[in-house]
Amino acid sequence: MEEREGAGPRWREDFPIAWERDHYVTRRELAKFLTLGSALLAGASAVIALAGRLWKPARRRRTRIASAAAVPRGGSLLFRFPTDEDPCILLRAPDGSFEAYSQVCTHLSCAVVYRPEDRTLACPCHKGVFTCSEGRPIAGPPTRRLPRIVLDVRGDDVFATGVEL
Amino acid sequence: MSELAFFIDYSRCIGCRACVQACEECDTHRGVSMIHLETIRRADTVQTAPQVCMHCEDPICARVCPADAIKQTPDGVTQSALKPRCIGCSNCVLACPFGVPKYFGAIDQMMKCDYCYDRTSAGKRPMCATVCPSQALAFTTREEIERKRQGTAINLWKFGGEVVRTKISVIVPSGVSEIRIGESALSRAGGPAGATEDVAVLLGEI
Repeated sequence: MEEREGAGPRWREDFPIAWERDHYVTRRELAKFLTLGSALLAGASAVIALAGRLWKPARRRRTRIASAAAVPRGGSLLFRFPTDEDPCILLRAPDGSFEAYSQVCTHLSCAVVYRPEDRTLACPCHKGVFTCSEGRPIAGPPTRRLPRIVLDVRGDDVFATGVEL
Repeated sequence: MSELAFFIDYSRCIGCRACVQACEECDTHRGVSMIHLETIRRADTVQTAPQVCMHCEDPICARVCPADAIKQTPDGVTQSALKPRCIGCSNCVLACPFGVPKYFGAIDQMMKCDYCYDRTSAGKRPMCATVCPSQALAFTTREEIERKRQGTAINLWKFGGEVVRTKISVIVPSGVSEIRIGESALSRAGGPAGATEDVAVLLGEI
């Protein structure tokens, strides 16, 4: 029972009563959807790739944390970097080298504290423990490392230059 | 030999409800009959008439469906509403001149006879026609009907000004070429008296 072409209003062509033509419309709609959808995904990926290529993160300003003499060997110092909402902790190893990590525990955002006796950062809330050498979790609930603050020691001044997630 | 077709001979119906029972046993609508066994002038007679979907060549139910849910197969069978599309608006229920589609509130869907499409598309006979003891519902060839029956099988209906051609034929007395339902038969007060156009008169029931 093929319907006569051009019979009825224009919208009837998109909503035919005949089975076969209805299936054809459905198939065509699917093909259109797949084609346009794929094009959209490819285009969006290209745009993102291009944007990543062109857009360079603005160089963060170096921030002076403290003078090296102010932190004793085996001691720590709290500071905030890159903004005032980001608490960080500066550690000085017994050999005099500096490390700095975000103070926000990766488990539930409590503030970690420095334990010089075994050189770890411990979170008092749920007994999470991070190493001081890499900031990796070694005990308790945290599974991700603490963000490391990139340091630059110039003479007697310690600068923070960036954050390594 | 022409292909198998569906013929209804209302005068042969004995009201045994075998067709209803058979239709209810179908798995796609178990317990709900898609064939309606109508009673004719219940006060005066025990005559009944089976009503299956007549599968109009230009299905009015599909034309009025706002949800695009009723489709017609290439061999002219008007399918029941597609479940994901039917919105239970009952437009088809109101539009069908034969009163075939029915709205089922429990599922908020229209359901109607679909010619047992799972069976007929595979060469089997519709369930109601296989069980009808008096063969009021006959699924056979036109030649066979003409050889065995007295009347003629026609498929042209006129409901007032609406002309409807159906896939399913009904058997009427010889000499009748169309079935006309006048306004009086549609109980429209003020219409011209068209008693002679009444189907019941044509079938010699009155």
